[in-house]
Order: sequence, then C-alpha cells, then structure tokens
Amino acid sequence: MSGPPPRNYFNATVGIRSWLLTTDHKRIALLYFASITFFFLVGGFAATLIRFELVTPGPTFASPDTYNRLFTMHGVIMVWFFLIPSIPTTMGNFMIPLMIGAKDLAFPRLNLASWYLFIAGGALTITSLLLGGIDTGWTFYEPYSTFYATGYVILAISGIFLSGFSSILTGLNFIVTVHKLRAPGMTWYRLPVFVWSTYTTSVILVLATPVLAMTLAMLLVERVFHVGIFSPALGGDPLLFQHMFWFYSHPAVYIMILPSMGLISEIIPVFSRNRLFGYHFVVWASIAIGVIGFLVWGHHMFVAGQALFASLAFSFLSYLVAVPSAIKVFNWIATLHNGWIRFSAPMLYAFGFIGLFTIGGLTGLFLAALAVDVHVTDTYFVVAHFHFIMVGGAVMGYFGGLHYWWPKISGRMYPEYWARFTAILAFFGFALTFTPQFIVGYLGMPRRYQSYPPEFQVWNVLSSAGASILAVAYALPVFYLGWSLLKGVRASPNPWNATGLEWDVPSPPPPENFERTPDVIRAPYQYEGGRALPQAKHV
Amino acid sequence: MSTVPFWPVEASHYAAQLDFLFIGLLAITGFTAGFVFFLLILFAARYREGSGVERSTPTTKTWEWEVAWTTASLLVFVGLAVWGASLYVTLYNPPRDSLQIFIVGKQWMWKAQHPGGQREINALHVPAGRDVRLVMASQDVIHSFFVPALRVKQDVVPGRYESLAFRADRPGQYRIFCAEYCGTDHAHMGGWLTVMEPRAFAGWLRTEGGHGTLADQGAALFRNYGCSGCHEPGGTVRAPPLEGLYGNPVPLSDGRVIRADDSYIRDSILLPKKDVAAGYDPVMPSFAGQLNEDDVAKLVAYVKSLGSSAPAGASR
Repeated sequence: MSGPPPRNYFNATVGIRSWLLTTDHKRIALLYFASITFFFLVGGFAATLIRFELVTPGPTFASPDTYNRLFTMHGVIMVWFFLIPSIPTTMGNFMIPLMIGAKDLAFPRLNLASWYLFIAGGALTITSLLLGGIDTGWTFYEPYSTFYATGYVILAISGIFLSGFSSILTGLNFIVTVHKLRAPGMTWYRLPVFVWSTYTTSVILVLATPVLAMTLAMLLVERVFHVGIFSPALGGDPLLFQHMFWFYSHPAVYIMILPSMGLISEIIPVFSRNRLFGYHFVVWASIAIGVIGFLVWGHHMFVAGQALFASLAFSFLSYLVAVPSAIKVFNWIATLHNGWIRFSAPMLYAFGFIGLFTIGGLTGLFLAALAVDVHVTDTYFVVAHFHFIMVGGAVMGYFGGLHYWWPKISGRMYPEYWARFTAILAFFGFALTFTPQFIVGYLGMPRRYQSYPPEFQVWNVLSSAGASILAVAYALPVFYLGWSLLKGVRASPNPWNATGLEWDVPSPPPPENFERTPDVIRAPYQYEGGRALPQAKHV
Repeated sequence: MSTVPFWPVEASHYAAQLDFLFIGLLAITGFTAGFVFFLLILFAARYREGSGVERSTPTTKTWEWEVAWTTASLLVFVGLAVWGASLYVTLYNPPRDSLQIFIVGKQWMWKAQHPGGQREINALHVPAGRDVRLVMASQDVIHSFFVPALRVKQDVVPGRYESLAFRADRPGQYRIFCAEYCGTDHAHMGGWLTVMEPRAFAGWLRTEGGHGTLADQGAALFRNYGCSGCHEPGGTVRAPPLEGLYGNPVPLSDGRVIRADDSYIRDSILLPKKDVAAGYDPVMPSFAGQLNEDDVAKLVAYVKSLGSSAPAGASR
C-alpha cells in the first residue's frame, strides 16, 4: 500500500496541545503507554543494578544503603507506576470502547484527569528518588517507615497517594462505561473476556485503593505529627499497618494479573481459531478471584504474630482462591483442542504466560501451606513466586496483548520473526532468572540482602545471568516496534482473523471509532471450521 | 565452595517432617504442571494450522469437564491446607518444661540471655534434644528470627513478646538470619546457632556464667528502680504482691481475668494502665523509656522466680 494513510485518531489533529488536551480514549491510552514505558525502564534499570550487586556474596558496587534504595525504587516504581496501571490504562483505555461498540469512555475528561493525576504522582515519587531515594522497601512496614527510615518518605508516599486516585477514577470510568455504553446486542455474556476481566479489576480498584490511601495518610500523620497509630513507641500497633496494607496490596496482585488473564483469553481463541472453552466459567472465575481475593490478605502475616485461628482461616481461603485460577488454565488448554493453531508472536507470549503462571500459581500452594510458609516466607522463594505471577504472568500477558493489538493501535505490522524470537527469549531469560531463586530461597536466603553467605553464590550468579537475557528481551521490542512505526507493512482492519468489534474498524481507527453504531449479533470467539464469525452484523 | 547446595541441612526432627511435606507438595504440583505442559505441547503440535488431523465438531457442553476439574482441584487443595496447617499447629504447642531463653533484636544484632545469666550476641547455644522456647522482643523495628536448618522463623514485633519453639536434634553450627527488612545492616544481622550435646552444653554454661542468674540480676534491678518500695510488704503504697503470681490467673479491675505470663508481666512494667489488677488503684508509673528490653527480661525472670511458691493471693 502506498499514499497517505486515511484520516485516523493519530493524524486527525496535530500539535502538542491536541495531545495534552485530548479527550480521545485512544490518545490518552498512548499518553499512558509512553508514561508507563518510562517507568518500566526506570524500574528495570533498578532491577538490573540489584542483580549486578548480587553477583558476588560481598559488596559488588553498592553500599548497603544504596542497595536498600535500589530495591525500594524497583518495588515502588514497578508496582504502582507500571504493573497496576499497565494493562488497564493502555490496552483497556484503547480497546474497551472499541470492543463494546462505543465512541469513547463514559467520562472522557475524567479519563484525561486520571492521566494528569498519574503524572503528578509519578513526578513526586520520581523526585523523592532523585533527591536520594528512600530505604523503606515498597511495603513501608511500620515502625520502620515512621521513625527509622531516611529520605523523602513523605514525598514518595504522596506520589503513590495521588496515583491511587488516578486508579480509582480509571476504575470508575470503566465500570460506568461497561454498564452504560454497550452497543445494541452487546449483552453481558457477549462481552469479550478482556472486557469482563478489566471490569472486575475496576471494581477491585475502586474498593481497595481507598484503603491504601487511608493507610498512607495515617503513615504520613504519624511521621509528621507523631500521632500514635502504628508505632508502639507512641502506643500504636505495627500489625495494624500490615493488616491495612495487605488488605489493599493483596487484591492489588489480582489488579495486576486479571487484565493479563483477560488478554490471554483473547489471544488463545484467535490464534487457535476456535471458540473459547467454557466462556462462562472463565468469566465467573475472574469474578470469584476478585471476591475471594479480598479475603486472603492475612497470608502475608503467618509469622508476624497473628492469631492461630486467623492463620488457619487465611490459609484455607488462600487455597480456595487458587481454584478459579486453575479453572482458567484448564479452559485455555481445552480451547486448543480441535483448533487451527498459529504460532504467531502473541500466541507464543500466551504460551509463555501459561507456563510461567502455572509455575507461579502452583508455588503459591507451597506458600499457602502454613508450615512451609514459616520456612520460606521473606526468603527468595517468595521473591521467585511473585515474580512468576507478576512478571512471568502479568508482563508476558502485557507483551502478548501489545503485539496482538499493535496493528490496530499503530496501523502497522511488526516484524514477525523478531517478535517470535523475543517472546521465546523472554521466556527462557525469565525462567533462568527466577527458577534458581526458588532453590536459594528454600536453602534459606532471606530477601532484601545486599550481601549473603558464599554458599548461595552459584544460584545468584545463574539468576543474574538470566536477568541479562531478560533485559535484552525487554529492550528488543523498543527497537523493532519503533522500526515498525516507520517502515512496517500497513495493517488491514483484521489481520488476525479475529471476531471482536475492534477488528471491524480501520487500523488505526478513526477518532470517532465507528461510523455507525455496530449491531452485535453473536458472542465472541465464534469460528466455523476455522473461519471467524464477526460479532457485529456486516451490511 | 566445593559442592553446590541443593537442599538445606536438617537440624531437627521437625525439619525432616517439614521437608516431607515440601516433597509431597513438589510431587503433587510437579505432576499437575507436567500434565498441563504435556497437554499444551500435545495440542499445540497436533492441532497446528498445517496439520491435517481430523477436527471433530467442538464440544459445546463443557460443564461436565468444568465440574470435574473444579472438584479435583478443590479436593487436592483442601488436603494440602489440612496437611500444612496440622504441622503448623504443633509449633504453637511447645511442651511446658521448655528451656526458656530471652532474645532481644535491635538494629543490627541479636542478643540472647540464658536463665543462668549467660549472655551472647549474634550467637545462640542450645542443648540437643531439649525443647527450647525463645521469648523475643525488639528494641526498635520489626526483625525476624530465622534458622533455616530448623525450618522455623518468627517476626519480632516491637511492643510485645513473640515466642518461637523448637527442638534441635543434631549437634552442629547453623546460620541465624534476620528475615524481616530492618535497615542498613539487615544482611549482617545474623550469626550462628550452636547445638551441643547436653553435657557439652552444661560445660559451656559453666564457663560462660558469673554474672549471677537472670533472676538475680532482675532482683537487683527490682531494688534499684524502686519496685520493691511498693511491691514488697511494708511498702508505702499498696501494690499487688508478686510472690506466687507467675502462671496464675489474675482478676482485673474491669472484670477480665488474665493469666500472668511473660507478656502480662512485661506489659505491667511498661504499660501499667493496660491491665490493672482488681482491688488496686492504677497509680503505677510506666517504666517505658527507662528500661530496655534486656532489663525488662531480667525483671520478668525475677518475677517468674518468685514462682508459685506462695499460694496465689494469700497475702491479699
């Protein structure tokens, strides 16, 4: 194809003002995409330095205080400024109106306001890092954070506080949008699973994030005004902080993984050209995870001095929350049966997701077993477990979704072989980085250690070697996706032979998305002998 | 480094039991993961786009499958929950005649005080084959006492006593770590647990002694800080007598009854308004800020030594 591209959301208006004051959900998604990519690089840079420091048992290049600032920066940036906003604010923002047949989100200006809050929060937190960093750990445990931590703790938590409001407003926007703006015929059970899982995530964002805001506000009041809340020296209770913090931060894990599970549920049917096995069960598994996910926070406190009965109850509920995740994995596998499977890059990322998420989920069963948790909690076993979920799971899904929707977002195809190579590299790099950490964790190496006994070195060197491969796999897309923006083949409206409404509009879509409101006539992922049956009626 | 470590040493019978549970989990989850990956690879190969394999009409009724794998997962998970919990409960029920050692965590060291007054820093000596109960306090932030070879760990939260029970069965030296991030030298807050044959341990106690027992040191503090002025007969202020207090129920002024354990005595010294004994005015001043956790432990040992020799409440 040649000649100038037709009018689309990208070229409809020009100039920096048209971006900074846009209310188009697609442009806001790109604003978010640029911001979280920046934060991902900052957090990844910290991770690289951490793995470099741990190559030798003694100090390698960083003092203990520098190391403590590095892992705090890695955690704070990755959790609040990458993982939590990543999929909802980019792909959710861009795709949800398109997938349900709407012109925009319900509150376009609120959507833009969310981004400004996010940027303001990010700026505060980044400032605290530039001024020397903080050494609290991303968990801000008490009483360390009030009276023992150094650095601009108040600045950092103010940034997190603000970005929390960005999350709440985004969640609210998605909830109202899904309730009110579905096209005619788009019933709840015709919604693509990605919409369902983002909807569930939004409910968690709206319910859980205020608790984080309250907790951080109390920490601030205690640190600045010495009002006793969490610090025993002032008559407070440190465990109260842990209860409140994990009441938010455990559901936050599901905020990170549910959208990614939604992406996998999109990718697998498309590249198997087969209906999604057990649609209703996959959808209700998300909801079950959302609900039970609020009742398991105490499993972070099995050795913290929590009551025996509480620990027993939290252990049981933690096993219960694993059931819906298992249901999803089985349904994805069953979707492959009788399919016409293409090993395109998004599908390879999805396979990587299933492999790594399965390991992450199954090692969660070890941690939920009370006696085992006593031994492995606060060791590298836990570090490996949650990275398998959040990086092996959520980030693999993120890259899968990015490649899947890249033609729609950019209007260009990416170089397929580079993308496949990168997906495979990311899988093996990840596995090499984090598998040794299970072993060194069971051997007893505690987390957040700048130096460690020499007998642990072999496993740390292997892990750092894997991290360097993983770093390459995360850097490569910057180059080949950047290349595709300029030189990639123009994408057709539906390059993957998919069924959703977003594939009925041109790539990239026009500013108003749809010329006419689509008429939805069937459920998603319908294939007849490998041929896609679009959700919307074609005239 | 001669060999690459794969498995942590087992210094106790409990460690072996825990490893058995861990291996059980490995077997069950390994089988599950193997099954999932086998099907994934099998289907991916068999139903790849280019293959001419017969595709029957896709299953539309899926609920039998859903019920089957949901039930199977649930049953396995409940079984694992019960197994993990039953072993955990044993940690909560140490025998009554355990050897009790006080541990204080502070940035960045572990201090130990034995009943005989022996003190150690970043080291702990215990006899093999004897039940040990560590009563632990923190002077500043949260620490966590972790001995991988025993497979036990307990956070030490400031403002309260935490307890950790174990019985080491195999003499040797094993690493102690701090497992809860506590600041600059978190990675260096550790040392060695030395498990000794009982006879050797008795010898070690003798050579390390000489400060007087912990209770004797507590008795001195009890006089120096003026506790005896009220709590001993003939005092100017009427205060509860402490003879025979330890381990017995204490009626409180608000109607509750509390057992006089280590935590109660610690709280009564540092937070005297929290649990006021029935029949007494809440006039005792707090000693928080005057006594560090080492001294509080000595006072607790002293009050404990007053034991249940006198019948409870005899002098009321």
